[in-house]
Amino acid sequence: MGIFDALSSPWPWYVAGPLIGLTVPLLLLLGDRWFGVSSSLRHACAIIPSRIPFFRYDWRAVGGWNLAFALGIVVGGFVGGVLFANPEPLQVAAATTADLAALGVSVDGGFAPEALFSLAALSDPRVWAILLGGGFLVGFGARYADGCTSGHAISGLSNLQLPSLVAVIGFFVGGLAMTHLLLPWIVGGPA
Amino acid sequence: MDAPRRDPATAAPRSDAGTSARGWIGLLPYLLAGTLFGFIAVRSEIIAWYRIQEMFRFQSFHMYGVIGSAVLVGALAVWILKRTKARSWSGQPIHFPDKERTWTRYVLGGAAFGLGWGLVGACPGPIYALIGAGLPAFGVVLVGALLGTWTYGALQHRLPHG
Repeated sequence: MGIFDALSSPWPWYVAGPLIGLTVPLLLLLGDRWFGVSSSLRHACAIIPSRIPFFRYDWRAVGGWNLAFALGIVVGGFVGGVLFANPEPLQVAAATTADLAALGVSVDGGFAPEALFSLAALSDPRVWAILLGGGFLVGFGARYADGCTSGHAISGLSNLQLPSLVAVIGFFVGGLAMTHLLLPWIVGGPA
Repeated sequence: MDAPRRDPATAAPRSDAGTSARGWIGLLPYLLAGTLFGFIAVRSEIIAWYRIQEMFRFQSFHMYGVIGSAVLVGALAVWILKRTKARSWSGQPIHFPDKERTWTRYVLGGAAFGLGWGLVGACPGPIYALIGAGLPAFGVVLVGALLGTWTYGALQHRLPHG
């Protein structure tokens, strides 16, 4: 297997997981920074002058590193998803494929169903509501809970923080409720 | 509105980031670390909406394997850094802050986050990676996330945290 194949074909969990775990000490050793992505959303809001105390701080000094990290993720997404794009369609578990088919959502080989996450889909106002509403919950929930998957599930648990475990359980309760109770209602019918 | 209680997330900045030219160059390592993370996120397919669906339907081990092994390695690394009293590259001591021991915010905020995660199939890291990977529709998700962040900031003092 050539280097290009290794860089463009999917990595198993036991390669990717430990590498993601190493992000924690990498950022600590770089400058005593804790791995967490959702804070970048707060720093981005803090750039806009406002009277809201939550956004009144020196975003450059406090969040500059985090915004640079977030920008890096976009670059990494481009390198992995475009320059070294996997030529093969995404493989999805048969049971999930069947469950989604029952909801009218097809597995189309991409990272996310085109019926919801493509520019063409944006002609449907319902799709705007889903993308904006889902994003809103992610942004609102991450700040309310003081962290997201990286800040709580990876960093918080690595630092043995009980509040992070509570937050992660909350993530799962919300995700299960969405997947099993609300999603059929939201995308049900012809998606 | 009064200022929030001491907020560790925006506590006094440390020495290595500023607005000077040196400060901007000092951000480069973080840009590269983000690039590395974004690449791994794409290659492991944790950015895929379908992988999140597999996870919440308990139909694949992949996401559990990724998160579980990341936590194991992260915890081991943190333990070593603590034991060796390691310092960062520029010589500062490394801090291990404790999360505030209140619960309501973690339960309610966590559940709200989970609802969004289950719907758009992406948490903040993957949202950025997907935009870079050529799925501009996730730019709309990002706008939603910024609006949600803004709304939390505006409502912070009216929400139960304790």
